Parts: sequence; structure tokens; C-alpha cells
Amino acid sequence: MARSFSVRAQPGFTTVALICFFLLYLPIATLVVYAFNAGTSIAIWEGFSLRWFHQAWNNSQVIDASIRSVQIATAAAILATICATMAALATTRTRAYRGLTAKYAFINAPLMVPEIVTAVALLIVFSRVKIATGYSGLGYLILAHTAFCIPFAYLPIRARLEAMDLSLETAAADLYATRWQAFRRVTLPLLWPGILAGLMLAFVISLDDVVITEFVKSGGQDTLPTYMLGQLRRVVTPEMNAISTVFLAISILIVTVFFFISRKRDV
Amino acid sequence: MSAASEAETRFEREDTRRRWLLSTPALLIILVAAVGPLLVVLLYSFLAPGSYGDVRWQFSSDAWFNVFLERDIFDDTLAPAWAHLSIFWRSMKLAFITTLLTLVFGFPTAYFIATRDERTREIWLFLITIPFWTNLLIRTFALQEVIRQEGLLNTLLLKLGLISQPIPMLFTDFAIGLGMTYVYLPLMVLPLYASMERIDFRIVEAGYDLYASRFGVLRRIIVPLVKPGIIAGSILVFIPSLGAYVTPRVLGGGKSMMLGNLIELQFGQGRNWPLGAALSIALMAIVMIALLFYVRNASRGGPTHG
Repeated sequence: MARSFSVRAQPGFTTVALICFFLLYLPIATLVVYAFNAGTSIAIWEGFSLRWFHQAWNNSQVIDASIRSVQIATAAAILATICATMAALATTRTRAYRGLTAKYAFINAPLMVPEIVTAVALLIVFSRVKIATGYSGLGYLILAHTAFCIPFAYLPIRARLEAMDLSLETAAADLYATRWQAFRRVTLPLLWPGILAGLMLAFVISLDDVVITEFVKSGGQDTLPTYMLGQLRRVVTPEMNAISTVFLAISILIVTVFFFISRKRDV
Repeated sequence: MSAASEAETRFEREDTRRRWLLSTPALLIILVAAVGPLLVVLLYSFLAPGSYGDVRWQFSSDAWFNVFLERDIFDDTLAPAWAHLSIFWRSMKLAFITTLLTLVFGFPTAYFIATRDERTREIWLFLITIPFWTNLLIRTFALQEVIRQEGLLNTLLLKLGLISQPIPMLFTDFAIGLGMTYVYLPLMVLPLYASMERIDFRIVEAGYDLYASRFGVLRRIIVPLVKPGIIAGSILVFIPSLGAYVTPRVLGGGKSMMLGNLIELQFGQGRNWPLGAALSIALMAIVMIALLFYVRNASRGGPTHG
């Protein structure tokens, strides 16, 4: 067609979309800029400085909370990914068997329940268990994080499995590979990008959690997000911006890697 | 029964057993740390509060009673518990407004992404995915800095001479609505985009050939085609908005509470765990109704909407 009429265009849509993208990034950009402010205000610019990054780095509470966050996220992401991989293997590429639909529903259940309700439920149960056993370590937080990370890890792994060609494993079985050999040498290498994507997703989800952690943690078990939530009640200095900036940078890095892994569609 | 089919049945049974074993760890963890505790919440909502938090093991329907009604301490008359009901109402209202606003802004955005060519589409999609996976607390905090009294927005409006003194925006319902729209927008855009990506634009072209206007095409062709995406996105935004805790706490302060904050209060200063449990179950019930609505509408869509 030689006319300049596009069937895809809708009036005003592009403008609204571009405004949305602009507004989506404006607050984040402001936050990052003021992290480099020399003054103590998060609104008045007084020149460039790295003092708030120094201050955050020397704040032992921030460092402790960061280390704890990473510990919990690592443990929860690994556990969730192992569980999710096994569950995905058990629920894909099969005829419908008894309880399959129930399994789907159950695995995805943590996504349906409002976070605050799960948080309150875990507070009730874990406070009893803490008294009964006397144990009040990080185990509770790791268990809670693992539970809500499982559906997120499950998603990309299941998607990968369903897109995979079953004939390769059949070929392996025809060549007298045992079930384990076929899994180890054929299924697992093909599934690896999905597992990696699931692991990263679970890690980011665990790292970001505020509500459930806030209710489950014992005294002195602040993670970085719950520490920040506590600080927001006080007078906020650009130190918060500096911490947020580093946190954002790490998240964006992980998400970028995840994005490119999950976009690769060669099986 | 022939030997072959008997072997097959045995193989199938063996296969199912192995599949159950494989899914056990995931199911067990979710049972212990997600689904099981919900039943305990239900139980707690029928117990009496302890004096220092927790509960006394004694049946009581007071918590449920107190969700909706309150008894006057002087003359024993019953009155609706306005304090709770107004928070329920505010939560529903804000969740609804948030869903509507994300739809209004998200629809053109998703459409814009879906109509880019292959390569640039990836970049726009990436730009919407980043906020989706970055910390919600940080994004809320970032918005707080923009709309606070001496924040960017007020400073800008003052400099432009549009206002003579800063508008107090923080700690209002407006701030919460704006904040939730801001943080949940990607949740609307992504499912909308997923269904728009599949639009066959030959149908749209046929519409124009039959002299449909731009708006006619949008209303009669595009919107019906992406209806499953609209419903999915609305559910994805409505549920977390209704139970929001972080955004109302950071942007609403103590004045503008939502259901999530009211529940927290019962487990903190309020020391009324059964009431908190009953409020949680009530919240769950509203979410369940929304989900049922979704399932009914999604299954009605037919096979074309996958």
C-alpha cells in the first residue's frame, strides 16, 4: 500500500506510552542523582560527592543487614530451585494423572495469598515453634522465603521443559542409557538455562521481600529491606539513596542477565 | 487382560508414584510455610485474645463480631464498627482506582510495545521488566522523595509559578493511589502485552476496509481480542493493591491506613491477635471472590484465548 495509513496506529497511544516510561524512571533517576549529593538534603542539590556511599559502607548495621539478605536469598533460592526443578519434572510432559491439577494449584498457591496474610500466618505459627524449640535462627526466614520463591522458580523451569523435545530422551533410552544417565546427560544440560533463570528469579524475589521478613524475623535479624523500612520512619538522609542505588544496581544486573537467558529460544 | 497391557498399567502406576515422590519436597515446604499456617489463622480467629498478645485457648466469636460491629461500653448498644468498615472501604476503593488507572495508562503502553518492530520491541519490553523486578520498597521510597513537601514536584510547580506554596501530597489517599499505580503498572502492562502480541493485524485491516474509524477498531476489534489480558492484568493489580502494606505505610503514614496496616496493628500495638486473624481471613475471602470471578471469565473465553 502506497499510502501512509498505518493499521497499527492509535491516536495518542504513543504519547501516553512515552509519558508512562518517562514517569516510571523519573523517581528512580532522582533517587540515584541525590545519592551523590554533597549536602544532607534529599531535595536540594549541593554538589557532587561520594560521602553517603562512604557513610553507608561504614555503617555496620547496613553491612550486617546486607550480608544477612544475601545469605537468606542464596539459601532460599538454591532450595527453592531444587524443589521447583523436581516439581517441574513431575508435572510436565505427562498424561493427566490423579492430583496433577491439585499439584499445580498448590505450587502456585503462595502467589494467590496476599503477602500480609502469609506474613501474619507465619508469625503465629513460628512464634509458637520458637517458644517450643528454643531455636530462633535464620532457619525460619529461609524456610519462609523458600516457600514463596518456589512458584517463581517453577515458572521458567516448567516453560523450558514444555518446550523441550522429548525425542532426545527417547533416543537416549533407545541407546540403553539408564534413566539417571538420560537425565544427567540429556535432560539436565537442556534444562540448564531454565534452572538458571529460575534461580535468579528466586534470588531477586527473596532479596526484595519486605512484608514476610518483617513479621517472621526475630530481634536483630534485619535484612536490608526491613532495615530500610525502619529507617524511613526517621529523618531520611541521602545515605538511604546511596544504599538504594547500590541495591538497584545489583537487581538490574541480575534482571539483565535473566532477561537475556530467558529470551534465548534455541533448544 | 493381556500381559502387555498389564505391564503398561504397572509402568504407569510406577511413573505416577515417582512423580509424587519428585514433587514431595516442594509440596511439603509450601504446606509447612505457606498454606498450612493459613488454617491456623482461621483457627485463631475463633479464639479469645491473650493479655500480652497471642491467644487464650477458649472459643470466642468476638473477633468476627468486632470486624463488623462494636458494642458501646456505656450503654451496650450495637453500632457498626466504622473505624474498620471505613478502612475496608478505603482499601476496596483504592485497589479499584489503582486497577483502573493502571489499565488506562497500561493499555496504550502495552499497545505501543506490541506494535514496535521485532528488535526495538525487546528494548521497550526490557524497560518495563526492570521496574517489575526491582525492589518495591525502593520504588515507593523514590516516589516519596518526588511528592514530599520540598520534593521535586512541589519545587518544580513553585518555580513555574503554578502554585504559591507547596501542596501537601504525602500521607494522603492520593499519595497511596498514585504510589500503587506507580509500583503496580508493570503488572498490568505485561499480561496486556502478552495478549496484544498475538493480535492478527489483518483483522484490524479488514475493519478499516469496512470503513471502521480508529476508535471503532479499538472498541470492536482490539479490546475484545485482548480481553483475557485485561482481566489477567486487573486481577494481578487488584489483589496486591487490596492487601498492600508497604506502599500505604510509606506514603500514607499513620493517617491513611489500609487493610494490611490495620491487620499489622492488631499484631503490634493492638495486641488483639484473633481480630487480626479475622481481618486476614476477611481479606482472603475478598481475594478468593476476585479469583473466582477471574477463573469464570477466563474459562468462558474459549480456546482461541489460550
